[in-house]
Amino acid sequence: MILQVKEVSIRFGGLQALSDVSFELSPGEIMGLIGPNGAGKTTLFNVINGVYPPTSGEVVFRDEKITGLPSYEVARRGLARAHQVVRPLNDLTVRENVMVGACFGRERHSRGAAAAVAEQALAQVGLRDRAEQMAGNLNVAQKKRLELARALAAHPYLLLLDEVLAGLNPSEITEMVETGRRIRDEGITILMIEHVMQAVMSVSDRIIVLDYGQLIAGGKPEEVASNPQVIEAYLGDPEMTAKLMAE
Amino acid sequence: MNAWRQPGFWFSFLLIFLGGLVVLVLRQDTLRENAFTILMFIGLASSLNILMGYTGYVNFGHIVFFGLGGYFGFFLVSEMGWPVYLAALGGGVLSAIIALIIGAAVLRLRGAYFALATIGVNEAARAFVSNFEPFGGSTGLFVNFSAYDRYGGAAHALWFTFILLWLVVLAVVVVSYLVKRSRFGLGLSAIREDEDTAMVMGVNAPRDKTKAFLISAFFPGLIGTLYFFKNGNVEPDDAFRFQMSLEILVMVMLGGKGLLLGPIIGTFAYERLRGYLIISPIFKNLHLALSGGILLLIVLFVPGGAVGWLRDRLPKLRRWLE
Ligand SMILES: Nc1ncnc2c1ncn2[C@@H]1O[C@H](COP(=O)(O)OP(=O)(O)OP(=O)(O)O)[C@@H](O)[C@H]1O
Ligand SMILES: [Mg+2]
Repeated sequence: MILQVKEVSIRFGGLQALSDVSFELSPGEIMGLIGPNGAGKTTLFNVINGVYPPTSGEVVFRDEKITGLPSYEVARRGLARAHQVVRPLNDLTVRENVMVGACFGRERHSRGAAAAVAEQALAQVGLRDRAEQMAGNLNVAQKKRLELARALAAHPYLLLLDEVLAGLNPSEITEMVETGRRIRDEGITILMIEHVMQAVMSVSDRIIVLDYGQLIAGGKPEEVASNPQVIEAYLGDPEMTAKLMAE
Repeated sequence: MNAWRQPGFWFSFLLIFLGGLVVLVLRQDTLRENAFTILMFIGLASSLNILMGYTGYVNFGHIVFFGLGGYFGFFLVSEMGWPVYLAALGGGVLSAIIALIIGAAVLRLRGAYFALATIGVNEAARAFVSNFEPFGGSTGLFVNFSAYDRYGGAAHALWFTFILLWLVVLAVVVVSYLVKRSRFGLGLSAIREDEDTAMVMGVNAPRDKTKAFLISAFFPGLIGTLYFFKNGNVEPDDAFRFQMSLEILVMVMLGGKGLLLGPIIGTFAYERLRGYLIISPIFKNLHLALSGGILLLIVLFVPGGAVGWLRDRLPKLRRWLE
């Protein structure tokens, strides 16, 4: 197992954002993480990569307990992340942004070597011709791709993708899904949060579903899609339910 | 890309190298005194830039390191009989150690909270030294004139001190440049842009910003020792002038924070300005208001400073304006 999440819970004041969440991820897998807004998906990522320590429970990454480690320690062990709300380092160039990933990620490249790694990551997401631009000047779709390129440049074992498809148009989505497959073919394990059902259903090997901080279902995409509890969870969101049923 | 082939580095380096050389060749005492002041502020502003410009932590207490390190170095010269270059190193090391201690307390704070805390540190240091008897309390310390004999008399000692300062400032420029070009420097700029994101990407922000603070504090300790040695005495009001802290900060902002050349140009410009205004009877006593006013104008209208502004407008010159 590359990642084991064991009975993880976290409270924010009176809000139980995650309750006893457990699942495992094997190497080379693409796992989708879905659930209604506010279900706790991003919070789960925050616990996994050390942004928040869980109130209880344990996270094991490549057979090492990483619970409570600061996020930079988690990153250097080979876990990279693309944020839902893009966070470019505005006053650095696109290339420098990606170099930060290469310099401080798993392989900890020197600055010279990082430039070459960055070049490759930028090519992978199609941002090569923007390399010299300030990251703050990119549009939203480009910033999403920058998030991905930075994470890729870290050459992680495990990639956490938080809604990288949100806000992209259909052709951009197709492109991103292709990129996702290529990344997996390079041997990187992926855990992805996604609201674009069609994409997540087609690309994932397995899917887990969070609702009100609880894991309510898990399994192959078609099993999850037909799970009554999952449909129930999305009932508050008719559009989403329809999409799910259409699969 | 070879780091030593950057024209931007050589431009800054040679500006100071040749400037100092001219002073040495002309051998005029007034010129040396003026050059000493300018070099001193370039060194202070450039070292502040490593924390403020590179890492994004605005420090209103940079002068604390000049004061405390300088006091300690001066103590080593006048009371312990150390040669001035070793004493200066001692002052620098003490400043770095103090940065380590202060850093553990205040570097957890971010933004305005950090800036406010550094104002407090300045006042605390002054109060401490004023009551610290080994440093002469509120009257300070005076150099024993025999300390100058080692260098062939007071006149020679002044020139010797000037040369030491010149070398120290050259070292500040070289170190600033090396930090900026390094992996460590890239991490610092990531911290400046967004500390939490930098950490998620693997930057050990608590350690790296402490390192930046330490490097930034080391040089003022050296410079302080040389300055007080040149003056022949040190006292609390001279060592911990808040106004000087503010002026150093204005120099960095005026020239352009985060750039190698920024603090150098900023120092020249500010010193010129001060030279004009100090003879004007209206502005003579409005020093603090003046630096504050300039700071406000820069922050509002030219946040990149003079060099940053030029870089934006003349992309062709960018290689030179590193
Ligand atoms: N730092 C925090 N402090 C307090 N509450 C928080 C914090 N972070 C998240 N929450 C709350 O935890 C709950 C889960 O939030 P989270 O961002 O994980 O949801 P999500 O599943 O990612 O939703 P979305 O699909 O909208 O991105 C929400 O109610 C949110 O307000
Ligand atoms: Mg979310």
